[in-house]
Amino acid sequence: MSFFEARNITKQYAGHLALDDVSVHIDKGLVYGFLGPNGAGKTTLIRIINRITAPDSGEVLIDGRKITSEDILKIGYLPEERGLYKKMKVGEQSLYLARLKGLKKNEALKQLNFWFDKFEIQSWWNKKIEELSKGMAQKVQFIITLLHNPDILILDEPLSGFDPVNASQLKQEIKNLRNEGKTIILSTHDMSSVEELCDKICLINKSKAILEGRVADIKQEFKSNKFEVVYSAEQSLDGFLQEKFQLVESGKIDTDKQFAIVKIPDLSINKSQGNELIKSIVDKAVIHSFSEILPSMTEVFIQSVGSNSNTDSNE
Amino acid sequence: MSKLQHIIAREYITRVRKKTFIIMSIIGPLLFAGLMVVPVWLTQLEDKEPKKIAVVEIDEFGRPVPDSTMILRNVFENKPLLKFDYLGEISVAQAEELAIISDYFGVLIVRHRAFLAGDKVSVELIAKKQPSFGIEMQIEQNLETFLYNKKLLTYNVPPQVINNLNTKVSIAIRRADENEIKSSGDINVKRGLGYISGFLIYMFIFFFGAQVMRGVVEEKSNRIIEVIITSVKPFQLMMGKIIGIGLVGLTQFVTWIILSLVIFQFAESYMLNEKLHEIQNQQQTVELFNTQPATQQNTEISMEDVELSGMFESLREIDFLFVLCVFVFYFITGFLLYASMFAAIGAAVDSETDTQQFMLPVTIPLVIGIIVMMNAITNPEGSLAYWFSIIPFTSPIVMMARIGFDIPVSELILSASLLILTFIFMTWLSGKIYRIGILMYGKKTSYKEIIKWIRYK
Repeated sequence: MSFFEARNITKQYAGHLALDDVSVHIDKGLVYGFLGPNGAGKTTLIRIINRITAPDSGEVLIDGRKITSEDILKIGYLPEERGLYKKMKVGEQSLYLARLKGLKKNEALKQLNFWFDKFEIQSWWNKKIEELSKGMAQKVQFIITLLHNPDILILDEPLSGFDPVNASQLKQEIKNLRNEGKTIILSTHDMSSVEELCDKICLINKSKAILEGRVADIKQEFKSNKFEVVYSAEQSLDGFLQEKFQLVESGKIDTDKQFAIVKIPDLSINKSQGNELIKSIVDKAVIHSFSEILPSMTEVFIQSVGSNSNTDSNE
Repeated sequence: MSKLQHIIAREYITRVRKKTFIIMSIIGPLLFAGLMVVPVWLTQLEDKEPKKIAVVEIDEFGRPVPDSTMILRNVFENKPLLKFDYLGEISVAQAEELAIISDYFGVLIVRHRAFLAGDKVSVELIAKKQPSFGIEMQIEQNLETFLYNKKLLTYNVPPQVINNLNTKVSIAIRRADENEIKSSGDINVKRGLGYISGFLIYMFIFFFGAQVMRGVVEEKSNRIIEVIITSVKPFQLMMGKIIGIGLVGLTQFVTWIILSLVIFQFAESYMLNEKLHEIQNQQQTVELFNTQPATQQNTEISMEDVELSGMFESLREIDFLFVLCVFVFYFITGFLLYASMFAAIGAAVDSETDTQQFMLPVTIPLVIGIIVMMNAITNPEGSLAYWFSIIPFTSPIVMMARIGFDIPVSELILSASLLILTFIFMTWLSGKIYRIGILMYGKKTSYKEIIKWIRYK
């Protein structure tokens, strides 16, 4: 049983099915990513998990029981569309939102000072939000999300709008939070951050969850059994490899190093075929490296969403 | 503090701290008082410089009238700042010269041929500067009274009868079920009070209701709503906003009351003192000249003064505590009723410019209220005034127009309880619209859509 779970969620808006029997299983202390193209239903799912909107059917469970409004207070939510009171001062506003989450004044101030110091933004305390740039305001909002020390963080597109420096600071912070044992749900279509941050993902497309699992497992599932060998030899092994296996690509790295990408079609049947490859070339060349090529999440994304939309259009 | 209190506190503090609020709190009553006091003050300011006018008469044959046979002697009323000198044996040419070279502010030339001609007569004032309206008025009035009396004399009406001709009438009204007699000055004060308080409620509902709407649109359009909604219930947020802004309105109102009372006190003492001073001066003048027309003028003026002090008197007689309690009740409940509707409108739209289409159901009852109130002031016990002071959407405005006129307690209770029930119902309804509306973006909302929201579980 998962720590945090949404079961068979269906939600319909006037004439439009936003979520169709979607289930997600989120483990404690991991980073869980909602992926999917725009308009797939990610934000609707997040709103349902947050109890902002109610599903037509299905339920949200935490620790195996139905989620309550008390549980929501332990969630930190960063909505996709960022928004703060433009005319209010940063410090005052942060304090207000923290107190709405149920924090005592002293506690809230302590937390605020801690995070403002950490992000080096103490000088913004008396500035109005409208005086800050978009990225600065996002930083403030990120801090506000963390103030009440929530166990679960729901971050909708947390990295959008940040410059590379701030984005990497934020990514580091997300990793730190995971290491502290927080459960983090993030929705994104930035695949590089998925690779870097997510332990587990759910791919949502056209209102359906089409893929859920650990990132490593999914990569295994989507791999095309390709291996890369870097070697040095008197003569190219291209012909030999083409004959025994299936050569995808080859070339020179520098004057004495060459590489070859080889596909082993029946790897799933015979797991030791990789070893066979090494064995067959070990006495013909000096092997510098041998590695399996796993698909990037972008490839997984395009492959699943693409194939899904093909079947859809056939319907 | 509970979450609701936090919300109320934020809505209240951020608004009360605004410069516009502080300025409005101070300027409001000053503006109000200014509208009434400044014109009076300005006329007094103008009169501060003492002026003298020379009166010259020219007889039917164009000859200057000598001192002894001047017919207008002492006709003009001398005031502290405006005196009249009667100069005999001055020709028109001399008079014109006099107007330029002497200290006289102006020379009034009265040609007997034109002056005693009939129903429409004329005199000529040669003045250094454009005379004030007050001077013109006084000369005209004094001459009219003189001619009026003169005509009566030609019909052989005895002078003592003439003195007795002018009668001041005031109507005393007594309700059939009461013994106490009320003067009409008293009733006009009550009408004024009803008008002002009804209008204040109308203004406050519009002004602060619109603020509620703007606040909701702001939260919706800058998306902070999604963050807040994970901490508090939508209904809490809506009520927090309504109550917070209502308190802002109440604060503004209280500062206005206090400041107005200060101004009122000041005006009362200042204006009455001034008037008393004037009356004393006039009495001195009367003693000096002791002539009939002047005495008559004098009595008229002092009648006005009696009315003025009577007005202040009847203001004091009104049970302000009762009126204030009723006012505060209708002010708060009326605001709450409309504010929840304004909040629902704010939640239904994406930006302030889209609010227009939903404003009509809110503005129409308010405008009807103010129109009926105008009528209710003159006829506070008519059936129009009665029904609209019972119907909840107009009662906060219309009831205030009737408040000075001893409404039966049963009517007041009926009106108040209907208002409270409607307020609860509307708030519940608005809460439903608000809850769904604040998270709806993009699509333009229609009335049909809103009805659907209300039906949602």
